[in-house]
Amino acid sequence: MPDTPIRPSAWGGLTTILDTPLKRQVAIAVILMAMIVAPLLFGQYATVILTNALLYVVLALGLNIVVGYAGLLDLGFAAFFAVGAYTVGIATLNFGLNFWLALPLAVFFAIIAGIIIGTPTLRLRSDYLAIVTLGFGEIVRLAARNLRETGGASGLSGIESPWLFGWHISTPLDFYYVFCVLAIIAVVVSVRLANSRLGRAWLYVRHDEDAAEAMGIDRVKVKLAAYVVGAVYGAIGGAFFAANLGAISPNSFSFQQSVLILMAVILGGMGKIPGVILGAFIVILAPELLRDFGDLRLFIFAVGLLLIMLFRPSGIWPAKSRTGARR
Amino acid sequence: MGFIDIFSQQLVNGIVLGSFYALVALGYTMVFGVVKLLNFAHGDLYMVGGFAGFLILSFLSPFIGPGWFGVAVSMVFAMIAVGILGVVIERVAYAPMLSAPRLSILITALAVSLVLQNGMLTITKGQYVPFGSALGFGGVNLGSLFISYNQMILVGVSIALMAGLEIFVSRTQYGRAMRAVSVDKDMSRLLGINVNRVIAGTFFLGTGLAAAAGTMAGAYYGSLWYFMGFLIGLKAFTAAVIGGIGSIPGAMLGGLILGLLESFGTQLPGVGSEWKDVFSFSVLILVLVFKPTGLLGKPEQERM
Repeated sequence: MPDTPIRPSAWGGLTTILDTPLKRQVAIAVILMAMIVAPLLFGQYATVILTNALLYVVLALGLNIVVGYAGLLDLGFAAFFAVGAYTVGIATLNFGLNFWLALPLAVFFAIIAGIIIGTPTLRLRSDYLAIVTLGFGEIVRLAARNLRETGGASGLSGIESPWLFGWHISTPLDFYYVFCVLAIIAVVVSVRLANSRLGRAWLYVRHDEDAAEAMGIDRVKVKLAAYVVGAVYGAIGGAFFAANLGAISPNSFSFQQSVLILMAVILGGMGKIPGVILGAFIVILAPELLRDFGDLRLFIFAVGLLLIMLFRPSGIWPAKSRTGARR
Repeated sequence: MGFIDIFSQQLVNGIVLGSFYALVALGYTMVFGVVKLLNFAHGDLYMVGGFAGFLILSFLSPFIGPGWFGVAVSMVFAMIAVGILGVVIERVAYAPMLSAPRLSILITALAVSLVLQNGMLTITKGQYVPFGSALGFGGVNLGSLFISYNQMILVGVSIALMAGLEIFVSRTQYGRAMRAVSVDKDMSRLLGINVNRVIAGTFFLGTGLAAAAGTMAGAYYGSLWYFMGFLIGLKAFTAAVIGGIGSIPGAMLGGLILGLLESFGTQLPGVGSEWKDVFSFSVLILVLVFKPTGLLGKPEQERM
């Protein structure tokens, strides 16, 4: 075939179905149409839920770079989400910056946070890293809770919704389309990264760290890159989350939040973009569908996660690639 | 209160807190030593232990009373029951994963933790449950320093449990087998040690100690919550790391150090009680960065 095949590492089982450019273009067109039409068909309530699902697509794709691509277990991903949200909140409320100036600032602080926590810990054993990220996530949440600048336990409110070239992004529908664009950018960047030199380095490091190092890959640098890219995803998601809701509080950035994002990554299929997207939708839509179950739904989720790890460790929608069909 | 009074009061608080941390840290460290697995669910087993103790006490208190004797008896039953739960978890969830990539087994452990947590959330509807014990309020005054009998009993029981464990591990044949398995699993198997039984025994002991801590904490603080294991799990891990993970005396020492650090740390200017947890986690990160082997741990060649 003349065109380059889509890498199985990123696309999962889709490669075998969408094996020609035509099929792929048709699929993309159908998905785009569905995204545009969906809110018009399902009404406002569904639009808000779908917006939330798209936010989780962005967050889960970010965490997927850390967990799925580089193979590092991060249990404090909500920390970067918080950094993004609070940077935008504080910059717009206290310093009068507009949203589009606050956004790069949020990204900047997320990178700083990623480097601060990543540099000392990425040399450690992988299970230590999981606990350290957990501790770091709690530190960020507690700091947000205790500091005066972040509004304490009640958080910040009155964050203004942004303007874009005279368009005031304010209604739920506006934000739905903004998150559509964000999610598409997140997918494209994830695919490009998976296919890049860095993406191949992550694959190496994940499969065999020592062999990767022997091949001349600086594993700490490569892991740090994954960590920082994931942090940027989280911060951008957090920035738009703050702009969308207009109010943020420490409760949005708890350990449960990190776990929910992690579940989105694992349920669908770690490292596989369609799987992660599916996972994000499951994580957001399932509670809506399981509303009658009340607290039990979290338990159902947890049992589901355990069963998946035991019986289908590569997720609901796994890759059909030559390598790692089982793992 | 003068400086000396505050100092000695915090010393007592730190030792009480430290004995909880130490008991939970022991389970972390034992399981890690034998199967090289960070049992994320360990803190939640402490929580389940608290609830099990409460349940058993509410059955038994008509016969043996809700005082310390009743709590002690309930604690023993809770240790056995939750210890068995620990073994079941190991058999069902961890044993099939031991040869899987490390990421998978970490996530499995996390999943077990979430199952326990959310299971209890469903049962208790997220409410705090009062622990139906009736402990006295008596104590001893040493000058202006007050030490309650409860604190003494608690620390005494913790020390007794830890001493028992230390004797078990260092003096008995089973303990020797445990130490052998933690050094080299395959070699131990060749020498005729039933490795699976040793692993199960380790889970039983480690989980039992967490359950003991859970029951005592429930009786001491007077209430239980489905999420109470999260924070102590994290703290106990910190304690295990401070002492050197895999080392049993290290876990005891680490628990004590962390308890003291916390109770004194909150007295430092700028570190109020609302920053207590931030303080402990910062200690964890600093220890991992500057001395990942801990105080009593052996340096390890990582191969993964």
